[in-house]
Amino acid sequence: MIDARGLACPMPVLMTQKEIAKNSPAKLEVMVDNHSARENVKRFAESAGYAVAVAEEGDDYRLTLTK
Amino acid sequence: MKKNLPVLLTGVIVGIAALVLTAFGNPANMGFCIACFLRDIAGALKLHSAGIVQYVRPEIVGIIAGAAGAALIKKEWKAVGGSSPFTRFVLAICVMIGALVFLGCPLRMVIRIGGGDLNAIVGLVGFIAGIFVGTIALKKGFSLKRNYAEPCIDGAWMPVLMVILLVLAGLAPALFAQSTEGPGSMHAPIILALAAGIVVGILAQRSRFCMAGGIRDTIMFNQWGLTLGFVAVIVTVLIGNLILGKFNLGFADQPVAHNDGIMNFLGMGIVGWGSVLLGGCPLRQLILTGEGNSDSAVTVTGFVFGAALAHNFGTASSAKGPGANGVVAVIACYVVLLIVTLANVKANKE
Repeated sequence: MIDARGLACPMPVLMTQKEIAKNSPAKLEVMVDNHSARENVKRFAESAGYAVAVAEEGDDYRLTLTK
Repeated sequence: MKKNLPVLLTGVIVGIAALVLTAFGNPANMGFCIACFLRDIAGALKLHSAGIVQYVRPEIVGIIAGAAGAALIKKEWKAVGGSSPFTRFVLAICVMIGALVFLGCPLRMVIRIGGGDLNAIVGLVGFIAGIFVGTIALKKGFSLKRNYAEPCIDGAWMPVLMVILLVLAGLAPALFAQSTEGPGSMHAPIILALAAGIVVGILAQRSRFCMAGGIRDTIMFNQWGLTLGFVAVIVTVLIGNLILGKFNLGFADQPVAHNDGIMNFLGMGIVGWGSVLLGGCPLRQLILTGEGNSDSAVTVTGFVFGAALAHNFGTASSAKGPGANGVVAVIACYVVLLIVTLANVKANKE
């Protein structure tokens, strides 16, 4: 899981990009805590061929990326 | 394309607002300029004594208030902070010094391009170069570290103080310095300026409009979304100026601009690099401030402080050319940017 809470863009996207480039996981969870990170990671993951499910957990968002 | 509609719309509205504000009194090619307007506020607060650039610009207050309102309604308002606040303050000083060497923030840069000012194209090349250096830093692991939830009051300070400032400026104008000549004396009616600011604040909050973010994401992720907003401002202002007969193509005799190409390039290079390290351009920092981000509030304070330094120590340019200490300031800013970049890349490797 990538914990990108408290980080502003483009950090969450960058972290997601690095993980996908390194391990190309079939499933990846990314935690973010702001709406722009949520949207940007979602957009990036979708462009990289992942389906993205977003779940709200308190103030945070759990993005589940699956291929 | 549909998902890029908000950012395109924001770009068009920002362009129209800039044209309208200029038609109603703002300086030429300065319908909107976050750096210039914060510099004017610094002057109004008597933090510097450059008599021609002192005015409490309602646009700034409107942008922050509009963003705050939109964030509150959409339940996105959140007090956060603590992500290297003083480093941000220092970076903001550099960005402002760079912007005042060029004479404009990235937003005014595109508005100047739309007015035919070719010096701004030189600035744009510098801006892109600066952003490129910033993206290398990000790829190498640069980070100002995460922020944390904070008490509401920490995120509310700046929006509230800005509103108080505007109310005071309306009720007791004698408290503040006010230019009687020069750019600071040229302004649209308060209500119009405030309304334009609020509209832009709302739209920019919703679309996450950012002049640096677009080019950064294009370079790093091949994502062009935010860059469309950038282009939309240029096209809108260009068409508007052509219709109004105010388009003037060239390097010489451009309004509130100088044609020292090297300084224009280097000034915007600082703005580009610094903005990437800060996570957004000056306009974006105002929006984040409205959303309750106290790191951005610190950044905006750094802009104001930097503007005061720039005018008190002769580093700001004027229409005549770079300031007496402009070159020294530019070199110092690059040294600071390099140190901040290296120190934070190193800190994240440890």
